[in-house]
Amino acid sequence: MDSHRINQLTHQRINQSRRDTDMKIVAIDKKDWEKGLDRLREAYRLIGPVKEDRYHYFRELPQGQAPDFDFFNTRISAKEIVYPQSEDLFEYTLDETKEDYHLLKEVEKDYSPKAVLGIRPCDAKAVELVKLNFDTDDYKDPYWLRAWEATTFVGLACDSPCSTCFCTTAGCGPYHEEGLDVLLADDGDRYVAKVLTEKGENFMKAAGWTEGAEAEARFESGKSAAEEKIVSTVSTEKLRSADTLALHGNEEMWEDISFSCINCGTCTFVCPTCWCFDIQDEVHGKQGRRMRNWDSCMFPIFTVHTTGHNPRGTKLQRVRQRFMHKLKYFVDKYDAGIMCVGCGRCVQQCPVNIDIRRVCDLMDRYGATDACAVEG
Amino acid sequence: MSALSPAIQDREELVENPYLPYPVRIDDIVVETEDRNLKTFKFVFLNEQDEKKFDYHAGQFAELSIPGKGEIPIGIASSPVEKGFVMFTVNKAGVVTTHLHNMKVGDIMGIRGPLGNWFPWEMLEGKNVLLVGGGFAFTTLRSSIVYMIDPANRSKFGNITVVYGARTPGMLLYKNELIEWEKRDDIDMHITVDATDDPDWKYNVGFVPPVTEEKAPQGDENTYAIVCGPPIMIKFTQPVLEKLGYTHDRIIMSLENRMKCGIGMCGRCNIGRELVCKDGPVFTLEQINQTPREY
Repeated sequence: MDSHRINQLTHQRINQSRRDTDMKIVAIDKKDWEKGLDRLREAYRLIGPVKEDRYHYFRELPQGQAPDFDFFNTRISAKEIVYPQSEDLFEYTLDETKEDYHLLKEVEKDYSPKAVLGIRPCDAKAVELVKLNFDTDDYKDPYWLRAWEATTFVGLACDSPCSTCFCTTAGCGPYHEEGLDVLLADDGDRYVAKVLTEKGENFMKAAGWTEGAEAEARFESGKSAAEEKIVSTVSTEKLRSADTLALHGNEEMWEDISFSCINCGTCTFVCPTCWCFDIQDEVHGKQGRRMRNWDSCMFPIFTVHTTGHNPRGTKLQRVRQRFMHKLKYFVDKYDAGIMCVGCGRCVQQCPVNIDIRRVCDLMDRYGATDACAVEG
Repeated sequence: MSALSPAIQDREELVENPYLPYPVRIDDIVVETEDRNLKTFKFVFLNEQDEKKFDYHAGQFAELSIPGKGEIPIGIASSPVEKGFVMFTVNKAGVVTTHLHNMKVGDIMGIRGPLGNWFPWEMLEGKNVLLVGGGFAFTTLRSSIVYMIDPANRSKFGNITVVYGARTPGMLLYKNELIEWEKRDDIDMHITVDATDDPDWKYNVGFVPPVTEEKAPQGDENTYAIVCGPPIMIKFTQPVLEKLGYTHDRIIMSLENRMKCGIGMCGRCNIGRELVCKDGPVFTLEQINQTPREY
C-alpha cells in the first residue's frame, strides 16, 4: 500500500468519525463518576492527572484511583501519552551464534485502547499540531500514530486559567475542542460532557454515561467567563508576512532574547508542541535495543557534525532556532498558525524568565516594521 | 471496544515502518585512499525483494545501520543502473563509521532508504551537465556519471564535463573508473590534485576552482552545474561558476547536516523551514539563498 493511499484512508477515517456524530451533551452525576471509571477500565487503560509532591502529572490510574481534577495544568504536557520520553523501536541480538544475529525486530507494545481524562484543551490542540510532523504524505511514524489512534482524548475545560495562560491569542482557548473526543466541564454536582467524535461516543457508552442534558448554555457561559479571565496575549498577525531572512538576521533582537538563556532545555521538555527526538542504540551484554528519546534544539550536540563543525554552535543560534521554528518556519510551512498553544509552561518554568509572549511580540512587531518598510 | 479494534488492526497493516532497515550482507570492501580512511562497501540485500523496494535515483542517500552502534546517513555511490548490489564509500570519522571500517565481508547490518530527493534528472534531460567534485564528496557524483553514461541514458544528455580533485593522487576515489572515463570521448574528464611529486602524474595539478575556471564550459540556459565538495571548495567554486555565466537556479548542490531519522521527523537538520533530509539534500543555490544557511 503506497503512502498516498494510507493518507487518504487516515483522512477519511477522521472525517467520518467527525461527521457521523451529532454533537450531543451528556450529564454525568458525580456520584456515578467512579462507577463509570470502573466500567471504562474493562475496555481502556485510564490515564489522568495525579498530584505528586507539589505538581500534577499524567499517570496511569489503577483500580480505585480517580483522576484529580483539582489542578490548573500538569507540570509536563500530555505529549508523552502518545509520544513517550523514551521509547524502544527495535531489539536485536549481537550474539553471532544466533540465527537472527544483527537483525532488528519490532518490539512488542501495548496499543490497546487508552483514555486520557482531564487533558486540557491546549494540550489536546498541541497533539493535533504535532501530528502534522508525524503523519505526512511521504512517511507515517508508526509508533506515534498507533499510540494516537489507540487514545481517546477526554478534555477538561479550564474555568480557572493561570496568569501565564495565553491560549486565546495562540489559536486555542479554555473550551477549545480541536483534538478532543469529549470535552468535560465541571457543573457543580455533575460534569457535563460534550461528545465530539465517534471515539468519544464509544467512550461514553463504555462508561454507561448516556443521559442527555440541555447544557449548551453551561458551555457557552463557561467559555466566555473563562476567556475573560485570560488577560495575557500574544500578537501573531504579522508573523506570516514577515521576511524570514530579515527576521533571522536581526542579531540585535536575538542577542537580547537569548542573553540570559542557559540552554537547559526545560522549555522544550515541558512544551506540548516540541517533538524533536534522538535515536540511540543501547546494549546490555549481547542484547541491544534501538530507542528514541526526546531531544532538544537547545543542546549543542543536537546539530554538531562529526567534523566538529556546528551550524548552530552558539546559544544565540539555538534560541533563535527554537523561536523561529515555532513562530515562523512552522507558520509558513503548514499555514496552521503558530506552533504554540499558549499553555504557558515554558514561561512558568524557565529558570531565567525568558518569556515566549515577549519574544512573539518582538517578532511580530519586527514583521510589522518589515512590511511597512517594503510598502514604503 | 469492538468499534475501535478494527481501525487499529487496519492501521497496523497499513503502516510500513520507515525506521526499519533492510538487512544486508557486506559483500566486498575496497580501501579507496592511501590514508586508508575511505573504504567502499558493497552490500547485498538478504531478501531479494528488498532490492526492488530500495528503488533509488542518483543523488539520494541512505542510513547505514549497525545494530549496537547506530545509524549514519551516507550518499549512495552505486548507480540505479547497477543491479544486484548497493555501494557506499565511507570516511572513518565517528562511532558508526569507525565500527563499520572494522567490519568484514559477510557481516550482517542494515540499510534504511533510499532517502531524500535526488539530482533533477528529468530537468537535466537534453542539457549539458557540469559536475564539480572535491575529496570524498564524489560518491553521488560517481552514481550520477555511471547513470548518465549508461548506454540507455547517454543520448538523453548533452555534453558531460567532470572536474574532480583531491589532495593527492592517492586520495582520489574510484581511480580505475576515473582512468576508464578519461579514455572515453563522450565525457570530458578533468582530474586534478592539489599537489603531487609523482613524475608520472599526467593529469591536472591545482585546486578545483581554478581548474573549473579553465576547463568548464560557459554557463547558459542549457547548462547546469552540480557541485559536491568540502565547504572551502564550494566557497571558491561559486564565484568561478558565476563568472562563467551559471545563474543560481542552474547551480545544484547537495547539503549535509547532522541527521537521525532521515524522514523529516526528528527535527535537527533543518535550514529554516526546509529539512535537509527530506526536502533535500539536493537544492539549487537559488533555493539555498532563501534559507538561513544553517548547515
